[in-house]
Amino acid sequence: MERRSNLIKQLDWTTILLYLVMVVCGWFTIYAACYDFEHPSLLDFSMRHGMQLVWIFCALALAVVILLIDSKFYNNIAYIFYGAMILLLIVTIFISPDIKGSHSWIKIGSFSIQPAEFAKYATALCLARFMSRFEFDMQKTRDILSIAAMILLPMAIIVAQSETGSALVFVSFLLMLYREGLNGLVLVLGFVAVVFFVVVLRFNNLPVEAGMNPPIEDYGYLLVFIGVALFAAFMLLRYTRDRICIRTLVLTNVGIYAVAALVRVFKPEWLRFTDAGFVCMGVSTLLLFVWSLVKRRKSYALIGLLFVATVGLAFSVDYAFDKVLEPHQQIRIKIVLGLEDDPQGAGYNVRQSQIAIGSGGFLGKGFLNGTQTKLNYVPEQDTDFIFCTIGEERGFIGTFFVIALYVTLIIRLVIMAERQRSSFSRIYGYSVASIFFFHFVINIGMVIGIVPVIGIPLPFFSYGGSSMWGFTLLLFTFLRLDANRMEILQQQ
Amino acid sequence: MARYASKQDYKQRSQGVIVFVLLIAVLFVVRLFYLQVIDSSFKDSADSNAFLHKTIYPSRGLIYDRNGKLIVSNQPVYDIMLIMREMYDFDTISFCKTLGITRAEFDQRIADIKDRSKNPSYSRYTPQVFMSQLSGEEYGRLQEHLYRYSGTFVQQRVLREYAVPHGAHAIGSIGEVSREQIEEDSYYKRGDYKGQSGIEKTYEQQLRGQKGTEILLRDVHGRIKGRYRGGERDIAPVAGKNVTVGLDMDLQTYGEELMAGKLGSIVAIEPKTGEILALVSSPSYDPSLLVGRKRSDNYAKLLADPHKPLFDRPMMAQYPPGSTFKLVQALAMQQEEIINPSTSFPCYQGYYYTRSRKLGCHSHYSPLDLPSSIQHSCNAYYCYCLRNLLDNHLSKYGSVDSAYDAWRNHVCSLGFGSKLEVDFPNEKGGQIPTSEMYDRIYGKGYWRSSTIISISIGQGEILATPLQTANLAAVIANKGYYYTPHILKAVEGDSIDIKYRTKHYSSIDPKYFDVVQEGMARAVSMGTARIGRIDSIPFCGKTGTAQNPHGKDHSIFIAFAPQDDPQIAIAVYVENAGFGATWAVPIASLMIEKYLKGSISPNRQYLEQRMLEAKLYEE
Repeated sequence: MERRSNLIKQLDWTTILLYLVMVVCGWFTIYAACYDFEHPSLLDFSMRHGMQLVWIFCALALAVVILLIDSKFYNNIAYIFYGAMILLLIVTIFISPDIKGSHSWIKIGSFSIQPAEFAKYATALCLARFMSRFEFDMQKTRDILSIAAMILLPMAIIVAQSETGSALVFVSFLLMLYREGLNGLVLVLGFVAVVFFVVVLRFNNLPVEAGMNPPIEDYGYLLVFIGVALFAAFMLLRYTRDRICIRTLVLTNVGIYAVAALVRVFKPEWLRFTDAGFVCMGVSTLLLFVWSLVKRRKSYALIGLLFVATVGLAFSVDYAFDKVLEPHQQIRIKIVLGLEDDPQGAGYNVRQSQIAIGSGGFLGKGFLNGTQTKLNYVPEQDTDFIFCTIGEERGFIGTFFVIALYVTLIIRLVIMAERQRSSFSRIYGYSVASIFFFHFVINIGMVIGIVPVIGIPLPFFSYGGSSMWGFTLLLFTFLRLDANRMEILQQQ
Repeated sequence: MARYASKQDYKQRSQGVIVFVLLIAVLFVVRLFYLQVIDSSFKDSADSNAFLHKTIYPSRGLIYDRNGKLIVSNQPVYDIMLIMREMYDFDTISFCKTLGITRAEFDQRIADIKDRSKNPSYSRYTPQVFMSQLSGEEYGRLQEHLYRYSGTFVQQRVLREYAVPHGAHAIGSIGEVSREQIEEDSYYKRGDYKGQSGIEKTYEQQLRGQKGTEILLRDVHGRIKGRYRGGERDIAPVAGKNVTVGLDMDLQTYGEELMAGKLGSIVAIEPKTGEILALVSSPSYDPSLLVGRKRSDNYAKLLADPHKPLFDRPMMAQYPPGSTFKLVQALAMQQEEIINPSTSFPCYQGYYYTRSRKLGCHSHYSPLDLPSSIQHSCNAYYCYCLRNLLDNHLSKYGSVDSAYDAWRNHVCSLGFGSKLEVDFPNEKGGQIPTSEMYDRIYGKGYWRSSTIISISIGQGEILATPLQTANLAAVIANKGYYYTPHILKAVEGDSIDIKYRTKHYSSIDPKYFDVVQEGMARAVSMGTARIGRIDSIPFCGKTGTAQNPHGKDHSIFIAFAPQDDPQIAIAVYVENAGFGATWAVPIASLMIEKYLKGSISPNRQYLEQRMLEAKLYEE
């Protein structure tokens, strides 16, 4: 009895309140999204809002059960649970029915469960257990490889289930790893690679207006090459302070482009600026390697490698885009980059969802008055595109409120994670915050057209039992750990 | 311990994480603010997606005659509408089969819809008329199949239905708006109907009502899911106002029957109000010919008819008024004190206006005073009058021109020389020449009574419409004033235009009318029009014959009845029928008797029979 009242006192009620507000708002949004003019009943279990109510009550029961279990339990079962989850994921591939090409659902009677939603939870626990070992060291290659394997294994299986969206969620662990001491350069390089990818794709494939000649230059490459040259100059300044080298490098580059420009004035068919760009990269690399030998310093050569890597990456972008990505993924990316406009086909979702949100205006059209969503113009409007309904019916006020809710929740989770005395709880807490953040960024970004369409749910808003339970499990396990944060300290 | 400390070192990274989260949130909020508050284009896209603005056509006002008899009502018809953008998986072949049209017709209709020169307001997003005016029966057959063709729906409209096949010219018809009309008035859309002639045209504003709009919600598959906000934003159509016209439909019908087989017109006016009781233009046609899909075919046929049934003779045909104009002369000359009732002039079978040139007259005793000159329609009398006016009173007027102008002013005050401004389209004004016109033709000072002698008996350059001569009868009946003739008697919930309730006084003193009335009464009882005498109704009339350079003269008669309390003023024109008395007088007298008594007395039924059966032209 004492223990239970203690637990109630220790629980972080702010987070629970946030959770409840989200769940309730989510339910009303689902009610609005699948509102049918012919079936206005609130409690109709043939309708999705009726079913969602069932999922919500199950989730609440689940939450209570989680809170009642001893917090050490989660640490203890982490590996077993992870192993079992991997097995389940593999089994799913074979026993799942084909639902729009995806093999990620297990059918039990009339219910379907998506194990991928729970794999995040298992991986978060597993990582927390592994990384909270005393001998764990983020700098040790072995440990890093172990972590990478833990993350990549479920990811690979989920990709094999054709649920690329759910697999990408595992990328979110990078944020947690960063907090735990992952070299910031990894994140920066990842970010640079994304920018690289986007710039090359965007500017190498400039949309061609009718009657215009396609561009002869690969502007994407040019932009990247010039950017890298400037970056290299910056690095030289920062690490060597060798002004002569910088001046030589910049002058060589400018000189080559100037010669190219001169040639193009008289004989435009002889060469392209893109060719000049490649020459620049080669000459710059050579220059830095020679300089490195002369000055007997490694830094020059390392910066020179940057140029080599850039050229390599530049060539691989097109290859990766064409060969690795599926056609539907290619087109989703092209739509976000504005390279392709297909309002009836692949761009339909994004276009209609933006119309829905945009038509909401500042105050929205009012509850149940959204025409875009009510009349099924937005596909998946109660699952992945649920945010549209909020935008249309509640306007900017509504969308701002939802974003504020998420930001509050995520920052609250970060703060809570930081106050943990046990590294298991902290790492797990960061994982939870990272997963919520990833879902938030990708889902809302996709709906408002700044991220390619990746089908992952908006936690607590999107319809679906699996995701509702998965996120409840994630959140309440952390709440349970948080409630015990003093006890663990006392034990140590 | 060092390792533990190094782990703790990363604590500051939490701030980086929080900043990153906030940055993304700010990016999202900015993007949402742009989408939702700044860029308004999405609102229109959503509306055009979701709302189907369906026009609801109001019922057009009904038309009643003066006795409350319904003459024009509405019948529902159905238009098949297409929304081009929504025609997915359209099975053209079976669609054509359902509608009973060929593929070529289908393509032609689609091409017409898309042709912006024919259909300026074309848009892929709005409903376009594909096929119009299906009857209720045809619609019934189609209804069950139409759901299969996405982007199609049926719109109800109303067409006119006529109780009797008469009065086509007076009532007029409605027809699809032309491109020019759409450009003129944005109220109309392609396929809309508008009054194109008659009172349907004049009173379009009152009759048409206001179109309404129903806002329906349409889902992504084009299915109608209900009304937007339960119909709260719908605009209900306002039904057109019912109107009552002054026409007496029985009299109108009788008039058309009497004129069957003859070319010409009848105009009957109630002198006390100016309301037009009957407006017959012969040959006439059944107004229901110009309704619905057969309209254009029938219209072309009527247009090609050599007897010009579409020509609205009472308003548009301009004839020399002939001897009926002597009444005008009698009034104007008295007013100018050229003559008085007892002034007499000799007639030697005519009038010698030069030594050798004579304007002939028929045989009657001589000399005649004013009433007798009307009774016998003496030509010479009025020639003397004109000569006295123009040639013998130079001391009074100073010049021929000013004498003529004084006379002309009187004529015009009686409703001649310009449009009466009836509530009717296409009215013509007739012609009373001005002195300037004669100055131009003959030279100033080079013309006198002998030059223009034929105007004294209503020939020559004088032109008047049947309406104007009927109005003359009304002025004489009223002894000096008239109301502008009009067809509209009353509009539901509205009063008729003030100009139809205003008396127009002529410049003739009322005292001069008595003698003219007496002459007209004698013309009927024992003069030129005695064939039309009705024993029970003493009435006044004047025959006329309009010279026709193209063939036999036109027979004219104007009259009003009864003499002491005029109820009806009438003008009858029968083209190519010769002397006025032969055809126009009997027809007018039968009209008068029919209107005042309701039936024709037995001793005159032979006359009625003769008139009904006469065919004066080859069909």
